[in-house]
Amino acid sequence: MYDRRVLEAIEAGERRWHERRVAPALEKTGERQAEFGTTSVRGIKRVYTPADAPGLDFFRDIGFPGEYPFTRGVQPTGYRGRLWTHRLVSGAMGGRESNAIIKNLIAHGENGLNPVFDPPTLNMRDSDDDMSRGQVGVNGTAIDTLADMDLLFEDIDLDRYSISIITPHPFLFPMYVALAENRGLSLDRLQGTIQNDCINNSHSCNWIDMAPLPLRMRVHGDAVEFATRFMPLWNPLSIVGYHIREGGATAVQEIGFTLADGIAYLEEFIRRGLDVDDFAPRLSFFFGCETDLFEEVAKFRAARRVWARVMRERFGAKNERSWLLRYHVQTAGNSLQARQPMNNIIRTTIQALAAVLGGCNSLHTNAYDEAFTAPTPEAAMIALRTQQIIAHESGVANTLDPLGGSFYVEALTGELERGCLDLIEEVDRRGGAVKAWEYIQQAYLASAYETQKQIQTGAKIIVGLNAFTIEEAEETEIETYEIDPDFEARQVAFLQEIKGRRDPGRVEAALSRVAQAAEKGENTMRAMAEAYKVMATLGEVRRAWEQGVGR
Amino acid sequence: MERKIRIILAKPGLDGHLRGINVLSHALRDAGMEVIYLGVDLDPREIGRAAVDEGVDVIGLSIHAGGPVTLVGRVQEALRDLGAEDIPIVVGGIISKKERQTLKEMGVRGIFGPGSDISGIVKAIRDSAALPAGTS
Repeated sequence: MYDRRVLEAIEAGERRWHERRVAPALEKTGERQAEFGTTSVRGIKRVYTPADAPGLDFFRDIGFPGEYPFTRGVQPTGYRGRLWTHRLVSGAMGGRESNAIIKNLIAHGENGLNPVFDPPTLNMRDSDDDMSRGQVGVNGTAIDTLADMDLLFEDIDLDRYSISIITPHPFLFPMYVALAENRGLSLDRLQGTIQNDCINNSHSCNWIDMAPLPLRMRVHGDAVEFATRFMPLWNPLSIVGYHIREGGATAVQEIGFTLADGIAYLEEFIRRGLDVDDFAPRLSFFFGCETDLFEEVAKFRAARRVWARVMRERFGAKNERSWLLRYHVQTAGNSLQARQPMNNIIRTTIQALAAVLGGCNSLHTNAYDEAFTAPTPEAAMIALRTQQIIAHESGVANTLDPLGGSFYVEALTGELERGCLDLIEEVDRRGGAVKAWEYIQQAYLASAYETQKQIQTGAKIIVGLNAFTIEEAEETEIETYEIDPDFEARQVAFLQEIKGRRDPGRVEAALSRVAQAAEKGENTMRAMAEAYKVMATLGEVRRAWEQGVGR
Repeated sequence: MERKIRIILAKPGLDGHLRGINVLSHALRDAGMEVIYLGVDLDPREIGRAAVDEGVDVIGLSIHAGGPVTLVGRVQEALRDLGAEDIPIVVGGIISKKERQTLKEMGVRGIFGPGSDISGIVKAIRDSAALPAGTS
């Protein structure tokens, strides 16, 4: 961006500054640490100049928002045109209880719905499954049948909101399709996202017991194919970096491994016969955001740039929309502390600010009490208000990519880009993310242990935990959310009641159609949707699929 | 030389949050313990059986997806069925205050939430290993 002679003059100036100003200051008082760093970059410099990103080319590397390589954002008008979607994870107990939580958030300005599901639903098990005991309706909504889904979205216009169905598997998605069809809605009007990322859930949760990953990729691909054909506004795969980050990854590992997972999906779907430009415009991503503000901003900028180049150069995508890295951000759950928990509001605020300065398309802010359990309504409201204050009071949404051009942020963006490309290359060398998921897992778990050791030694300070602590007895008592202890029995009884009302012959026939479709390698989504309409359960549909593929 | 403490680390129920249990397995090995890392998404009965088969001194349960009272209760039930109810249990993860109280009443030796100091966890395990459950 700068003339070579200008850069040389700046470098000379920096040397002079160091001799005249820095060296005497260091001699006199020294610095707080021998070395400063981010999660990914060691040796952060004292000050940055244009000479720290000497090869940077404005048009090639930075450019304008809405233009390749999208470093500055995917929309030409950014948040001036439309703010990011305020989308809070919400749900507890049953459809009815969760519906009330969602409606309350809508009433207070939430504009993207993000129902979250209980562990059995996330694991495709019914509430009466022996393995579900103790976890029914915990930390999310229990969904067994279409009746629960209907309650969850009662009096909510499905074609009015962007609705996320956050399950790692694609089995709940056809239930949502069934719900929409029962309500007479046309599928091509529905907007939303399913997570549907099985590679991530292999390395982040060891979720490998159902079927080997290559076989699982088939049913995940069914959902992508179905949405590509019938639901042009739907995002049928949200490639997850959040769990990688929460699992302990550094910022660069988060983007490197997430984009490597994304590449594995592209290869799978192309092998399946889909044209890259038919489905790639609907792929979306989900990232975390920690408290080192500049690193996070640089991370998002680097990820957009790398993805645009991967899509255009590696996959030859022609449609501009295929090049866009669109993503949801959740602030860092792992940063929330149980000690002095009100301080978590500040942590979340900094993280949310970083996400916005980095150009997120959608944002979830954690509540301060989530180191204990799912949030109380009051804590969730503060989390929503945090976004609204950033959006409407801080002024950061008035111009696009406001940190672009910062010598530090540009240098860091370049460092993270190079690190991200190295990790993608490493995963490629190991045969791609489907084969290399254990390598990915070990890499970021090793970072988790490093971080823990830094906290133990005090090298990494966490306020209220290993510094500035107070006696536990002196801490502010906070109310935490408690689930109704009778809920599980109620939900199991409701499931029994629904099962009692079904036509067993129709259920059996519908389930065998799911199994047949799976066995023949046909797309299973339509058969699953029809099975849900006759009140087959999530667990039954999953088992039918397993039978079909011979598990 | 003192015998190494043998501990099993496991996640009962439907719960894949790996970070805590992995960090702890490294840390406990560094503290000189023999760690049997059983994994995630486990049936409580499998954990009880493995604890008996492996002859462990302590069971460490990691729970981040709710239901700690039920899940710990089911591990205890499994141990009783195998006549091994004296194997002490420590628990870590996301546990509410109310659940914490109930778990204590159930005889859980240590309960560790986010931000717990590793040395405190190591101490609780050493103390538990020296004093089997039901003898306190």
